[in-house]
Amino acid sequence: MVPGDLIYEGRIRTGDNTYRDGGNVYATKVGLVNYSKDRVSVIALEGGYTPLVGDLVVGTVTDIELGQWLVNIDGPTDAILTVNEAIDKPFRTSLDMTRILDVGDLVVAKIVDLDRNRTPILSILGRDLGRVHEGFVIRITPSKIPRLIGKKGSMINMILRETRCNVSIGQNGRILINGRSRADEEIVERVIHKIEAEAHTSGLTNRIQEYLKTIKEEKK
Amino acid sequence: MSKTRKRKTSKKWERVDGRKPDELRPIHIESGVLPNADGSAYIEMGRNKIMAGVYGPREMHPKRLSKPNQGVLRCRYHMAPFSVDPRRSPAPSRRDMEISMVMRDALEPALFLERYPRSVIDVFVEIIQADGGTRCASINAAAVALADAGIPMKDLVAACAAGKYENNLILDLGDYEDKKGQSDMPLAYMPKFDKVTLLQMEGIMTQAETDEAIKMAVEGCKKIYEIQKETLKKKYGMVQGEAAAAEETPEEEPESPEEPTEEDKPAEEEEQ
Repeated sequence: MVPGDLIYEGRIRTGDNTYRDGGNVYATKVGLVNYSKDRVSVIALEGGYTPLVGDLVVGTVTDIELGQWLVNIDGPTDAILTVNEAIDKPFRTSLDMTRILDVGDLVVAKIVDLDRNRTPILSILGRDLGRVHEGFVIRITPSKIPRLIGKKGSMINMILRETRCNVSIGQNGRILINGRSRADEEIVERVIHKIEAEAHTSGLTNRIQEYLKTIKEEKK
Repeated sequence: MSKTRKRKTSKKWERVDGRKPDELRPIHIESGVLPNADGSAYIEMGRNKIMAGVYGPREMHPKRLSKPNQGVLRCRYHMAPFSVDPRRSPAPSRRDMEISMVMRDALEPALFLERYPRSVIDVFVEIIQADGGTRCASINAAAVALADAGIPMKDLVAACAAGKYENNLILDLGDYEDKKGQSDMPLAYMPKFDKVTLLQMEGIMTQAETDEAIKMAVEGCKKIYEIQKETLKKKYGMVQGEAAAAEETPEEEPESPEEPTEEDKPAEEEEQ
């Protein structure tokens, strides 16, 4: 489907990436149409990131204000990380915020809320959240993140098992990879780019498993 | 012998490049050509070669230009110094600014800008080689690039010019026809709504001729629209049909969080 394509004639609930005009439903993005019982939606193949509560994101700190950091998460607007969501202590003006996070730092955070302007509010209180010390980041289209995770995490767990790397997948399309060796990290990077390129095809998990094997043999 | 030849030439009028009056120049569009951009497209329309890149929606800088209630579409039309002969100054001219503005106005109705308050969508268009009708070709490329960036759109926007040359109405004017012709009328069109989003005219035509030219341009836009759709589908080999698509979609469902409230709101606004 491409934007403007007619996907349903008549009354039905409109799902993701669709809109209603004159009683018919049309697509708004390039993607695959999905008909379920009571709604019709389009699964986007391309798309920017729309922040949602509960998402894990990888971002960069762009600015420090009094009591809060601004974090670029590749969304429509910057996200806000307040001091109460960063440390367990109450905020005092004597606190040196740059010691917790400085401008330019990479941070793994969770979206805990969207304020009334739909600005995401982040939190770094929790396991595996906070400033990033090592590893490197690659980017893919955010709309393909679900395929990288797979059904109940099947895809990503398989990759983790095979390569023994630590991978934090930000829903915003930034992926933090941290492995034991550079070679392991390179394998993950190649696999992720392959998934991105073939995200719209079926039987992907099995094919990626094969691909992992061939890469490993190459390296030996 | 000479008599028949004379009759032929006097009866049959031909365009400079031998096209039929209502024939488009050959068009070739490609999407996703710039990996650094969120979305991109490259168009060859006759001898025009144009690159379009889309970024966003993203945080707007300078912040004071952003709007609290809706997103902003920012277009930049620019001709490369080597795109025409003689060399053109790379500084943005009056004409560049005008075309940037008309492009924005032509594309804006297709977008849901109200969904991106305080953000900006940037469209950069670079003319690598110019051969008349660049503003229309730019709009065609920009529409494909916007869709390639995954920005929600009501419809694609197609654009094409019609005009008058040697007292004949013609479609999709080339550089020579544009300069020597009597009239040139670029038009951008959203086929699904049957809405014109850009209409400019230069030169003189009678009312009847103008009506006829609009009809011709709209027909041309519809043809371009089909090419734009093909381009977007081609990137994913989606032409084989939706059957394969329907099979694999359920796999993705558990991860895609649903947000019915946001999606339903704009849809209802459309109904009014």
